[in-house]
Amino acid sequence: MAEKLHFELVSPEKLLKSADVDMVVVPGTEGDFGVLPKHAPLVSTLRTGIIEVHNDSDAEKLLVVGGFAEVNSEGLIILAEIARPLAEVDRETYVTEFKNLEETVLHAKDNDTKARAEKARDGIASIIEVLDREVA
Amino acid sequence: MANLKDLRNRIASVTSTQKITKAMKMVSASKLKRAQEAAESARPYAERMENVLSSLASSMKGQSGGPKLLSGTGSNQKQLVIVATSERGLCGGFNTNIVKAAKVKINQLLRDGKDVTVITIGKKGAGVLKREYSDRMVEHFDMSHVKNLAFTDAAPISIRIIDKFEAGEFDVCTLFFAKFVNVLTQIVTPLQLIPASINEEGGTDLAGACYEYEPDENEILEDLLPRNVGIQLFRALLENAVSEQGSRMTAMDSATRNAGDMIDSLRTTYNRSRQAVITNELIEIISGAEAL
Repeated sequence: MAEKLHFELVSPEKLLKSADVDMVVVPGTEGDFGVLPKHAPLVSTLRTGIIEVHNDSDAEKLLVVGGFAEVNSEGLIILAEIARPLAEVDRETYVTEFKNLEETVLHAKDNDTKARAEKARDGIASIIEVLDREVA
Repeated sequence: MANLKDLRNRIASVTSTQKITKAMKMVSASKLKRAQEAAESARPYAERMENVLSSLASSMKGQSGGPKLLSGTGSNQKQLVIVATSERGLCGGFNTNIVKAAKVKINQLLRDGKDVTVITIGKKGAGVLKREYSDRMVEHFDMSHVKNLAFTDAAPISIRIIDKFEAGEFDVCTLFFAKFVNVLTQIVTPLQLIPASINEEGGTDLAGACYEYEPDENEILEDLLPRNVGIQLFRALLENAVSEQGSRMTAMDSATRNAGDMIDSLRTTYNRSRQAVITNELIEIISGAEAL
């Protein structure tokens, strides 16, 4: 059997996934990169995007928001603030949230709330963008 | 001597109090278990984060111009104290202990001539601190809507804190919370959030490997440090939740026991006075019969 890569996906609340897989494609800030067994040690931050976990013939896709990846001799560890399987992600909820935040930005009373809402809105926008690209 | 009806009422009311404290003990026992699980499952993330940060920090050591969240502003004049307490009372000395420790620290800082500001999380501590430091309280975070603490509850708080730091409102930030040791012991712990207190020894196991950084170390650090603040805060709040439940459990357990003791002694008094009444009546009847 071919050598496997030990892969762990961790969110602040819990260890989401720990498995031996063939390859993982990670959305790094400076571009996507694939990690195979015996990859050189690497630390990279992540952008909002899709992780592809390839094992045998099937590939699993997960949405991640914010975090970083570390490759060392033991394998690949991804720390993500939000991570969930793409199949469970509902685009509609993000769209509604986006609209709500848009409202908040428009009706914000002070600059502080406005800036915060804008930041949150942009975050959601990038999630929707990623989802749209995935569907297309 | 208290009359019999009064005693009966007392016994009834203490019994229902005991029922309540017993129920609260059970509830907090099960909540404690859940909180402990949550704290447990948050550990891997925090540990990995710490590992990477410490290896990054040790590789940055000696270089100037590192991110301010790590190296500090170079001053410690403006101090921010965050006090995390519970939203509910009836949990023994939990809140009092945290507030007491925070007060000692605040007073000491004030004596040293520092500018102190206070942020509270949870209303129990806020109420007490407001009495003494109302002019220093800059913000309060209400957690009463939170049932099971998730990272998304802690993140906004850490974002606010970092905003304040970047606006130059404080140099050093210390968080007070209770660390859970076991059900009987919770230790109030001050944790320095900013600048990050990183154990530089922790990264030694990685030091052998030559890491590639993408983007470079500095940018990664700048991205990670704010996250780290969030994580530390999240962990502290989780730990606090466990301690709160543990403390409540112990408090309610001893309250239940005290209520039991009280019922016993009330019942003894009740029986005695009942007997006295009966004896009295008998004596009256007998002496009445003798007089005939």
